[in-house]
Amino acid sequence: MRLLATAGRVLSQLRRDPRTVAMMALLPMLLVGLFAWVMPAKQFAQIGPMLIALFPFIVMFIVTSIATLRERTSGTLERLLTTPLRKAELLFGYEIAFGLVAVLQAILVVTFAVYVCGLDIAGSLWVVGAMAVVNALMGTALGLLASAFARTEFQAVQFMPVFVFPQMALGGVFMPRSQMPDVLSAISNWLPLSYSIEAVQRASINVTGWDLNRPLLILVGVTLLALLLGSLTLPRRTP
Amino acid sequence: MMNSSPAVSIAGLRVKRGKVQVFDGLDLDLTPGRITGLMGPSGCGKSTLIRCVVGIQKVQGGTVTVLGLPAGTPALRRRVTYSSQQASVYTDLSVGENVTYFTRLYGLPSTEADRVITAVGLADQRSQRADDLSGGQLTRTSLAIALLGQPELVVLDEPTVGLDPVLRAELWGIFRGLADQGITLIVSSHVMDEANRCDDLLLMRAGRIVAHTTPASLLIESGKSDPDEAFLELIRRDIAGPRHSLDTPNEAPVSTPRHAEEDQR
Repeated sequence: MRLLATAGRVLSQLRRDPRTVAMMALLPMLLVGLFAWVMPAKQFAQIGPMLIALFPFIVMFIVTSIATLRERTSGTLERLLTTPLRKAELLFGYEIAFGLVAVLQAILVVTFAVYVCGLDIAGSLWVVGAMAVVNALMGTALGLLASAFARTEFQAVQFMPVFVFPQMALGGVFMPRSQMPDVLSAISNWLPLSYSIEAVQRASINVTGWDLNRPLLILVGVTLLALLLGSLTLPRRTP
Repeated sequence: MMNSSPAVSIAGLRVKRGKVQVFDGLDLDLTPGRITGLMGPSGCGKSTLIRCVVGIQKVQGGTVTVLGLPAGTPALRRRVTYSSQQASVYTDLSVGENVTYFTRLYGLPSTEADRVITAVGLADQRSQRADDLSGGQLTRTSLAIALLGQPELVVLDEPTVGLDPVLRAELWGIFRGLADQGITLIVSSHVMDEANRCDDLLLMRAGRIVAHTTPASLLIESGKSDPDEAFLELIRRDIAGPRHSLDTPNEAPVSTPRHAEEDQR
């Protein structure tokens, strides 16, 4: 009840902000379209699936880190923590609300990539779409956690390039991880986006079983860990 | 909820915020069913004291007991409500949406939202977004949330700041109505003319309680005719020497208003 009330509240707030909704729903799609246009078809066929997973992650990371930072700085978080609301209900309330948006986002981006941009996906479109949702949920969880380390919205938006670009470089977007220098390849093993890319790549070429489930489980694990750490950044008592 | 046990009991409270030692061994007992006005210049520790009572302030030592339980205990979250100094509402949601959300967090029926919105006189603004409200309406939205359910202690940090006199009178009418139902209220203010509307007064300065008294005794003790001057007089005496802050010879180490001590005897 409190969980759903919180998810509903977050969605109501989103509804009041059409520009953000448009960004969440349309931006991944437009960026995929842009890449399809810029790149030769063969290259887009390789990079397209990664974009399907990465853009929802990035967009959710930014939106959530700012939304929850607002909650922290406006006094509403402090107020919520004086009510019977549990921290898990707050965090999963956010996850449910943004998860629903992520589903919409995934349907749009996959449909657009495949039917408009002509992206050739051998695997199930549903599984590829599900990867986009999993990545969006991880972006939400990490954004929640990141908001604890920002004092202002200005600082919060700075996390995106700091957090995302190195992971993109190391995660195998531009160069397969197996071909990287050993040091970088070893570092990339510890970066969540490496597994985002791995999972969506494999899903798109119809890899199933453990080879798909392993990166997927890692993503779910990172999400849950980020939420757990996030709940620790919501102390009821503050100095 | 018998009058014999204090609604709030604080002993040896020590709080440090940043490098500032806000409280260094504060003692206090508040009588239930009364409006206690928390008065003092800004920065004197009013908000910190309030945060301690609500259980959201990290403390370095001492005990804060609220309605017989340690402050901040989960069981108190329905019995104690709080409205912070900044109106803690979602400015991108309407009055109704804000109140309804908190109504659901407390697991109350939706009629409860109607009740509190009407109680603070915002029925006509119900569908208005909070960021389109006037300052007073915003404060009242925040207040409405603090009235949800059947709180036994309502803690309000400067609920009337920046409001016009008419609105202030209305809000104090609401507070009085709550106290008449047996609810204990702690209301902070730095407007001394609101002192007369309280049952008990806590005058604070620099993290200490200068006086715990009643509006009538305040005037008698200070020998002044209005609360503003009376307060200044007590502050002056406090600066001159904390020991002489009160004329009352029987000031106990635990600050309790005199009528309460009489009640207990």
